[in-house]
Amino acid sequence: MNMPLMKAEPATVTPATTAKVLPLPPKRPALATRTRMVLGKVAERIVPPVVVIAVALLIWELLCRRAGSTLPPPSRVLTDTWELIVDPFFDRGGLDKGLFWHMSASLQRVALGYALASIVGVLLGTLVGQSTWAMRGLDPIFQVLRTVPPLAWLPLSLAAFRNGQPSAIFVIFITAIWPVIINTAVGIRNIPQDYRNVAKVLRLNQLEFFYKIMVPAAAPYIFTGLRIGIGLSWLAIVAAEMLIGGVGIGFFIWDAWNSSHISEIILALIYVGLVGFILDRIVAAAATIVTRGTAAN
Amino acid sequence: MPTFPYLKLDHIDKSFTRGTTETEVLKDITLGIEKGEYVSIIGHSGCGKSTLLNLVAGLLPVSAGCVLLENKEVNEPGPDRAVVFQNHSLLPWLTVYANVKIAVDKVFGGTKSRQERHDWIMHNLDLVQMAHAKDKRPAEISGGMKQRVGLARALAMEPKVLLLDEPFGALDALTRAHLQDSVMAIHQKLGNTVLMITHDVDEAVLLSDRIVMMTNGPAARIGEILDVPLQRPRKRLALAGDAIYLKCRQRVLEFLYERHHFVEAA
Repeated sequence: MNMPLMKAEPATVTPATTAKVLPLPPKRPALATRTRMVLGKVAERIVPPVVVIAVALLIWELLCRRAGSTLPPPSRVLTDTWELIVDPFFDRGGLDKGLFWHMSASLQRVALGYALASIVGVLLGTLVGQSTWAMRGLDPIFQVLRTVPPLAWLPLSLAAFRNGQPSAIFVIFITAIWPVIINTAVGIRNIPQDYRNVAKVLRLNQLEFFYKIMVPAAAPYIFTGLRIGIGLSWLAIVAAEMLIGGVGIGFFIWDAWNSSHISEIILALIYVGLVGFILDRIVAAAATIVTRGTAAN
Repeated sequence: MPTFPYLKLDHIDKSFTRGTTETEVLKDITLGIEKGEYVSIIGHSGCGKSTLLNLVAGLLPVSAGCVLLENKEVNEPGPDRAVVFQNHSLLPWLTVYANVKIAVDKVFGGTKSRQERHDWIMHNLDLVQMAHAKDKRPAEISGGMKQRVGLARALAMEPKVLLLDEPFGALDALTRAHLQDSVMAIHQKLGNTVLMITHDVDEAVLLSDRIVMMTNGPAARIGEILDVPLQRPRKRLALAGDAIYLKCRQRVLEFLYERHHFVEAA
């Protein structure tokens, strides 16, 4: 068992006066091998979705290629919408704009409505989580209102604001706020008594308790709510824009339908899906950064 | 002026009300603790010893009687009675350093400069031998280390009384012994006044100047108070065969297992 030790001994005995100390080259596989390993890892992740998408496109192509088909095949979609894909930034005035502008208008509405919903939702959630009285008073209202479909709010908000823009933002707000409120409240209610005791011994005041203990302790729950909220916002904006008109991806889809540009609808749907996916990832990434320590206790 | 003990529990009763039923937990607890004294409270589980500590800490209100610290009534929590909780209660999103900092900033925010506060945090982490892990998060250190940080956080408040709520209860035997030695060394060095809850007879005898033995609940009382006349500093190994040590240990065991043996239904 002591072989390595015994072997090492003669080396220490030999005088080192003449020997030049050379750093041993680190034992790493050759560059080519390492690149191959990394590429292999990447391929493991990339190959399956690529294959599945290719097969799906193929089936779609075969199904819609026949004469008299109601929907265009992917090859037609590509040729029809090629101009929109290569130049998303054109602006010919009015509503004739590139997809980038439509998308950015929708994103701005979502950003505003969602930001408001996050702030108000966390504050209301804190109130409901912290005070039994507030919970008893507000919870029944929340439970009923949250089941109202987003678009059902639109006529009411149009009546109140008499303008499409704030109405759409309000619809986003009212859609995203419920999961934020409910998850925040659950998170606040689940703060361990220990943390509250620590705060009491330290005599933290209400404000210090809120931002030093409550928010970080409830952060994983809050972010669950925020993540559900962003998904719902994006769902609601497309529907709301179809009704209110103006620049926006929802209106773009509706307009394409009215002009029978089915290919443009398909392209827009792909963009909506991708942006929704990216939004979800952004909130998820923010959650991992912020709740780094909280989740693992 | 009559002399008064540093910390005094004066005829304390505590009962909990749930619905219409009232349960009496503690009955007529009177106890005086001198400055620099190390007092343990021992009793079977459920006898209300943790409740008693929470009363002293101010985390629970007394039903009758009062807690006097330096002859002034205390009835709300404060950093002058810092608690080391059984399950460490470190904030998991903060580093070890920040966990102590939150206490130091709150207690000394007005009196010490930023540099002084930093030095004081490091001093306390050094005291519990945790300075090396200052940038780690609680999830990355062991149970014993968490408890050390909890101790550092409590010591950093410079409390008049240090309250230890079964601080070593959740640790394995070796880690516990190690931490007990640390607490003894710190007590020796700083001369803190300590009130410790424990259910471990050896721990009580080894660490305490006096052991307060509680009867079983409901309506638990102080059954007996035992002086532990052992010289400090105490050495765990030397004491293992020491006559006084064994006698004290015997007394506590007799109290707990002969006269007030644990009643399951209680």
